[in-house]
Amino acid sequence: MNTSNTVSDLACSQISKCFGSVQAVDSVSFDIPPGSFFSILGPSGCGKTTLMRMIAGFESPDNGDIHIKGSSVLRIPPNRRNVKMVFQHLALFPMMNVYDNIAYGLRCNGSSRSDINKKVHEVLERIALPDVANREIHQLSGGQKQRIAIARCMVLDPDVLLLDEPLGALDLKLREAMKIELKLLQHQFNTTFVYITHDQSEALVMSDHVAVMNEGRFEQIGTPQNLYHHPKSAFVAGFVGDSNQWSGKVIERTSESITVACGAGFDAQSFATDMTSAGIGDHASVYVRPEHIQVELANTDPTVRVNTVNSIVGHIDSLLFNGANSRVLVRDQLGELIEADITLTGSHDDPKPGDAVTLSWAPARSLCF
Amino acid sequence: MSRPVAKDARNLALILLFMPFALWILLLIVLPHIGMFVLSLKEKVAPRVYEYGFDNYINFAQEPIYWNTLLRTGTVSLLVTFLALLIGFPVAYYIAKIAGKRTKGALFLLCLIPLWVSDLIRAFGWILLLRETGVISSALQASGIINTPIEMLYNDATVVMGLVYTVVLFMIVPLVSTLDGMNDEMIEAGYNLGGNGFTVLRRIIIPYAMPGIVAGCIVVFMLSAGSYLTPILLGGKNSSWFTEQIYDQFISRYNWESGAAFGFVLLLFTSIVVWLGLKLSGQTLSSTVAKS
Ligand SMILES: Nc1ncnc2c1ncn2[C@@H]1O[C@H](COP(=O)(O)OP(=O)(O)OP(=O)(O)O)[C@@H](O)[C@H]1O
Ligand SMILES: [Mg+2]
Repeated sequence: MNTSNTVSDLACSQISKCFGSVQAVDSVSFDIPPGSFFSILGPSGCGKTTLMRMIAGFESPDNGDIHIKGSSVLRIPPNRRNVKMVFQHLALFPMMNVYDNIAYGLRCNGSSRSDINKKVHEVLERIALPDVANREIHQLSGGQKQRIAIARCMVLDPDVLLLDEPLGALDLKLREAMKIELKLLQHQFNTTFVYITHDQSEALVMSDHVAVMNEGRFEQIGTPQNLYHHPKSAFVAGFVGDSNQWSGKVIERTSESITVACGAGFDAQSFATDMTSAGIGDHASVYVRPEHIQVELANTDPTVRVNTVNSIVGHIDSLLFNGANSRVLVRDQLGELIEADITLTGSHDDPKPGDAVTLSWAPARSLCF
Repeated sequence: MSRPVAKDARNLALILLFMPFALWILLLIVLPHIGMFVLSLKEKVAPRVYEYGFDNYINFAQEPIYWNTLLRTGTVSLLVTFLALLIGFPVAYYIAKIAGKRTKGALFLLCLIPLWVSDLIRAFGWILLLRETGVISSALQASGIINTPIEMLYNDATVVMGLVYTVVLFMIVPLVSTLDGMNDEMIEAGYNLGGNGFTVLRRIIIPYAMPGIVAGCIVVFMLSAGSYLTPILLGGKNSSWFTEQIYDQFISRYNWESGAAFGFVLLLFTSIVVWLGLKLSGQTLSSTVAKS
């Protein structure tokens, strides 16, 4: 009993896959604890679908091994693996009604008629669509189809459920609603979900753990907070969440801090971390999140208005009002735009486009790679 | 002022566009059929004296050789349809789902090539191969497998084979187009949810392809039951194909009234078979033939 708790639902070790000269997946390893929501986040074409198809058994890896509930599945054909998949376009069977769609898998594994009936109605109950059993697929809304596709897999009680960008085809509003719903469904079924997406907000909102993938490799695996606040690579810093990015040359390096002379005409100081190997004279990139930038209306005296360390002067180009998440776009002296979060109160002393401002941030809040 | 004019112009354009089509339907299909039907109700009681009645149809029903021929034509055509489906489905599946993008086009073209040659030439091709002094017989003799020439023409198997060969294309084309429209995800979902190859074929691929299958079967059955050249040339005089009877009535016996009645019997018969097929497969004409 004790051991079954520690065995992960899905573990991949060093799996790779090549298509001709394209290295679609490059020695990826990970380990997913039971009952968690795991996301794989990466830009288009980075190999997410390929990775998932290998787990489902539709492609075989060139190297490495895949373990489900502790045992290798490489020799097991797709229809015998207890991994179910929600496809990008859902792939509900249009010639069957909802009931038959859900019953299909149960019929394949030879359940009895009464058993099937009971299970189908149970799962429809759980996804809160008890009355759609006799509908045809084309009579369902986008969100309902989504839930049926999940129910069709969950009724088989899989060890792992794979979801390949299932929200991709939905409109924005429904996507927002489905994000929360998916998370709730995962909680309810208490099954491991592996969710693929290129949308970082989906991954951050829903997941217990996120793996950031780029060009076939996993850049970093961690909790959403961890990835957001402590990215381990420039790619993760740039891809997860919004960031302002500057690049330049390292001009000073101490044991605690690293200072970069940015091309934009100011110096940026960050606390040194293990990730930054750059020495003096090396090229480096600095990332600062919009919410870490303080915006102050500037002293109008032009002689005082110069860039200093971690401080930039500029003019407000435009305000992006979005309630509590409002932003300003500030144009610096070289004409580049910088994003920063501000609070707009609606009163007279709110900043306005054209105002001179000073942007600053703490060294601890900027990241250097 | 200008809107009604524009509308009239559009209507005129529409009428002009449809005119050839309407004329084609009217002149080549509707009018001849009405004429034929009227003709089929006439009977000669004395030279140049005609009466109207169903005697031509009654004649048909009373003569077993006629309706036996019709039934035989029907059964053989059903067999041809079935064989064409059996051969056409894997070919269509390969073209639509397994072949790569570039091979797909080439294979499809390859399937269409026989259509560029006339029916007659194709039938003669078979004759060249299969007759007593033909290619196959001589080759077998030369290689010493047989010592007397064999005649492979003029039997039912040859007729069926020839018919399948001529019609199988019309099975492949609608099947390829329906299978092409099937998302590969659907097949993978079939496996992913636990189905084996047979289940996926039976529960997913075939039901999905049903409109194409039925469309192909209707076209193939109609073509086969209505074909004339292939049964005559490959089956010889005693192939007993129903179109042969019709030809006989019109040309040899010069009995147009009876020939017209036979034509209508064939039309009615094939329509009933198609209707039964649609009923049994749960499809409608609009969901199958009209779709592909
Ligand atoms: N069957 C295949 N044959 C050849 N190359 C392939 C094949 N499948 C995928 N690739 C290549 O492998 C790489 C990864 O593809 P994959 O479909 O896994 O990307 P993805 O991360 O799912 O992208 P997206 O977010 O756009 O779906 C791509 O460069 C793609 O061109
Ligand atoms: Mg993909």
